[in-house]
Amino acid sequence: MFSIPVFLESFWPLFWAARYTVLISVLGIALGLVIGTLICAARLSPYRWLHRFAALWVSFLRGVPLLVQLLVFYYALPVIGLDVPALAAAVITVGVCASAYISEIWRGAIAALPKGQAEAAVAIGMTPRDVWARIILPQAFTLSLPALVNELILLVKASSLVSVVGILEITRASQAQAATTFRPLEVYIAAACCYLLLNLCLAALGRYLEHRTAV
Amino acid sequence: MDWSILQQYGPALLKGFGNTVLCWLLGTVFGMALGLVIALLQRYGSRWLNWIIQVYIEVIRGTPFLVQLFVLYYGGPLIGLRLDALPAGLLGLTIYGSPYFAEIFRSGFRGVPHGQIEAARAIGMSEPAIVRRILLPLGLVSSLPALVNFSIILTKETVILSIITVPELMYQVQRMSTETFRYVEANLVLALFFWALVEAISRVGRRLETHVTKHLIERT
Repeated sequence: MFSIPVFLESFWPLFWAARYTVLISVLGIALGLVIGTLICAARLSPYRWLHRFAALWVSFLRGVPLLVQLLVFYYALPVIGLDVPALAAAVITVGVCASAYISEIWRGAIAALPKGQAEAAVAIGMTPRDVWARIILPQAFTLSLPALVNELILLVKASSLVSVVGILEITRASQAQAATTFRPLEVYIAAACCYLLLNLCLAALGRYLEHRTAV
Repeated sequence: MDWSILQQYGPALLKGFGNTVLCWLLGTVFGMALGLVIALLQRYGSRWLNWIIQVYIEVIRGTPFLVQLFVLYYGGPLIGLRLDALPAGLLGLTIYGSPYFAEIFRSGFRGVPHGQIEAARAIGMSEPAIVRRILLPLGLVSSLPALVNFSIILTKETVILSIITVPELMYQVQRMSTETFRYVEANLVLALFFWALVEAISRVGRRLETHVTKHLIERT
């Protein structure tokens, strides 16, 4: 039945593998924030084709499962001559997929800002860039913080999917561990505990940031 | 690119697509039912029960679906739970979706004005009748957008079932690509299938929302 020593022993390789989970999640959300901001700006821009492109981007990336996107990236990039390592393909996929969700989070937060803020900034003669960098984005960031933390937690869990392209993160490590010890129940529950631990830390971080930036 | 393989694998793909839709539909319906039960227990249950439910919600929401499936499918037999891939996948989807649905229902119930429930008590309705005739109709309407949203998310979770060998669309596509080495075509087809499915569901969902929330829009 359930064996506690096996359960505890299987934590070490999983902790070691957790660095890839953390790496992919952190780089993924960084990339997602950058692309997501650009896509959100495109979505709000007056140019019609830019707006259309952003809408298509969001609809496609939100409509296709991450696992499928991952395989498309992983197998399609070499076909067009870009032979990227698995880790890079994973980070790009996770980042691109997150960008669609993040751009929608931004859009919601920006729509929730009082219009007078941007108008007042324009009225006192700020350039459009200053209006964005100093008025809109900082406030939108505060507003969207709960949703962003939520997205980050989803990303950590989504990173379990990159095990299918052969990256040794928590899930892959637990598969290997289960295959060698023949104790899948203990090992996979240990993996679940690792993810839970990571996500509880993130949730605490989110609460702290919300508390700090509350106005 | 070579699209001729689609002819050969067309029937298998359609069958896989049927399984995907089936998994999604049953997973959503069962998940919603379990979520509703959890939300009601949370509202009317004792403090201890609430605590257990809270732990359940945190654990399921804090761990990846893939890991939950592994625990269920590979770990289950160790404690006597021997399931085929498809039932295991359905059970996994139901369990995975239930806490999210429960939270959606909970916030929907919280949106029901308290005065409505007090008024129902004042005219002597029993608690089950209040749930059936006041809480559920009002709460369900306000939680519909979130329900549709999460059902769409569940559509995309179904591909993960392929990893425990449920023969859904993803599984068929992987078989096709490993047999023909046409990875790019196979996965593009898969992406397009899902895009179409999700777009269709979200359109139906929007129709349903406007239909059900018609009375909420103030007439001027």
